Amino acid sequence: MAYDKFNTLTSTAVPLPIENVDTDQIIPARFLKATTREGFGDNLFRDWRYNADNTPRQDFILNNPIYTGKILVGGTNFGSGSSREHAAWAIYDYGFRCVVSSFFADIFKNNAINMGILPVQVSPAFLEKIFTAIEADAKTQFEISLPEQTITILTTGEKEPFSINGYKKNNLLNGYDDIDYLQAMKPDIISFAKEKAI
Amino acid sequence: MQNNSKTFTMSNKPGTLFDKVWDAHVVRKIEDGPDVFFIDRHFIHEVTSPVAFLGLESRGVGVMFPQHTFATADHNTPTINQHLPVADPLSNNQLKALEQNAAKYGISHWGLGNPKNGIVHVVGPENGITLPGMTIVCGDSHTSTHGAFGAIAFGIGTSEVEMVLSSQCIMQPKPLKMRINVNGSLGKAVTPKDVALYIISKLTTAGATGYFVEYAGDVFEKMSMEGRMTVCNMSIEMGARGGMIAPDETTFKYINGREMAPKGASWDKALTYWKTLKTDEGAQFDKEYNFDAADIEPMITYGTNPGMGIGISKSIPKGVNLTGGTATYEKSLNYMGFHEEDQMIGKKVDYVFIGSCTNGRIEDFRAFASIIKGRKKAEHVTAWVVPGSHIVEEQIKAEGILDILTEAGFLLRQPGCSACLAMNDDKVPPGKYAVSTSNRNFEGRQGPGSRTLLASPLVAAAAAVTGFVTDPRDLM
Repeated sequence: MAYDKFNTLTSTAVPLPIENVDTDQIIPARFLKATTREGFGDNLFRDWRYNADNTPRQDFILNNPIYTGKILVGGTNFGSGSSREHAAWAIYDYGFRCVVSSFFADIFKNNAINMGILPVQVSPAFLEKIFTAIEADAKTQFEISLPEQTITILTTGEKEPFSINGYKKNNLLNGYDDIDYLQAMKPDIISFAKEKAI
Repeated sequence: MQNNSKTFTMSNKPGTLFDKVWDAHVVRKIEDGPDVFFIDRHFIHEVTSPVAFLGLESRGVGVMFPQHTFATADHNTPTINQHLPVADPLSNNQLKALEQNAAKYGISHWGLGNPKNGIVHVVGPENGITLPGMTIVCGDSHTSTHGAFGAIAFGIGTSEVEMVLSSQCIMQPKPLKMRINVNGSLGKAVTPKDVALYIISKLTTAGATGYFVEYAGDVFEKMSMEGRMTVCNMSIEMGARGGMIAPDETTFKYINGREMAPKGASWDKALTYWKTLKTDEGAQFDKEYNFDAADIEPMITYGTNPGMGIGISKSIPKGVNLTGGTATYEKSLNYMGFHEEDQMIGKKVDYVFIGSCTNGRIEDFRAFASIIKGRKKAEHVTAWVVPGSHIVEEQIKAEGILDILTEAGFLLRQPGCSACLAMNDDKVPPGKYAVSTSNRNFEGRQGPGSRTLLASPLVAAAAAVTGFVTDPRDLM
């Protein structure tokens, strides 16, 4: 799917200082029964967000109106577990465009980029600074610049670079996706298959 | 289609098994980007494929090589009364979508009721679709299972499913390489599942993220194919994309004669290639671990990720002794209703689940039956005995295991993923404890509020007959 272009994002952030946030928490399996991509945001973090009787759990961050924004900040090893792209769809559908953590699980990271969500990996120390800044002031703004590959805490000016490969960066900046690229090289793939396919 | 004479560039540099298979499948290298990576076999199921087919339609592109994709229904299927219409309309809709998409694009489809139906990672190998040296993907993280054959196999997202359907390729940066050696002799009641849980407990759930693992050492050399599948299956639980084991005589013997495996001259040709698939002497890994088989006990997990496992005779470690945040650790124990330094033996068990792509093969049911035989299911335990496929189900019947199960008060259900992810009705109720042979013990994994203890089929059987966490060695 071609997605929105991503350039620079300035927004407040929602903190989720929990480690090993797995894909079953992001979107529990019982909500994977749809045959389209839309609507998963309603069930994002379903069992942390709602009680069994569907009333909101007041102690969960998404139910606290003080915290809003297009950036989700999670503890280390974010997105471990299943390959369900529904996890990325749910995060996107809820309104997030960027997830920040000190470490991401591989498949989640791929799925996020393929959905047009930018995963920003920062150092554990910088992640702490982000959590501290939000704790001090929930309205703290962050700037994520994809061209510069930096994340900045705008209240303090503290900045850290992040990495992304040039190919994926170009895709996000321009809203291209891998399928466009692969379609364009079809003849190469067909001749490869003729020679080598098992 | 059965041309197995793969060629790859031979260099003087010693290569790993992983290098040899990976490099043979790179169609193009993108500078400062991923490799365009050719896929030999693609499995699809009802949950992660419908949106990929919608994508094809909206782009107006077709399926490039439908003969390389195989569809089976497993994640969202009932495990009783499969001959009846599926009651849940959403589940039914997904199953219909898979059937229709497969028919529309000419993809082989083993739907509900088909004698070859079963869990995707069980049916691929048992029908001879999975072969050494292949690249295999599926929209399911436990695709790593197929690495047991010396294939590069890993889970992908739905966007990537669409890529494979439309171009038989995905875009992947080459992962780093890790080798895990386990040598020595495994003790009594120590199964491949325990080896996997032990390794994950040492490496943590993120310990192999960014790596592709090769398992080596005499423990894996002596292991059966089904045991190797269990180990490779769990690779993702330490963050690795996949794990693989060099093919050997055990592998070739398993494959030979399976329905879709090469035959006659193509078998001989394939075998010649497969025998080259091993890590050369002196090949370099980015990381290497060595473990002693004698240190491994039957394992059980006590927390909410698969890295939180201990030997069954041990007590739950103190959070301060572990690396990582104690807050997350406390949250986890709190969810489980456990405390630091609790003994695991003797904890009450409400549910037992044997099945899944991790432990749903015939050897798993043989192991389970070896303890059940002559005993009765504990009255307060609800047990779900779910074969990985119809072929496994038939073996259970043919070998007399069904009689043992029935005698002991167990009901054999029909194949599917079942309580591993609890998408269907096989859900563990809130607060209840399940000893499960599946692969994940995340919060709510087996149903909202469920509490999962991951273990081997032997530990599951011991729990099923006693109703408590029990050391299987005491019952053997």
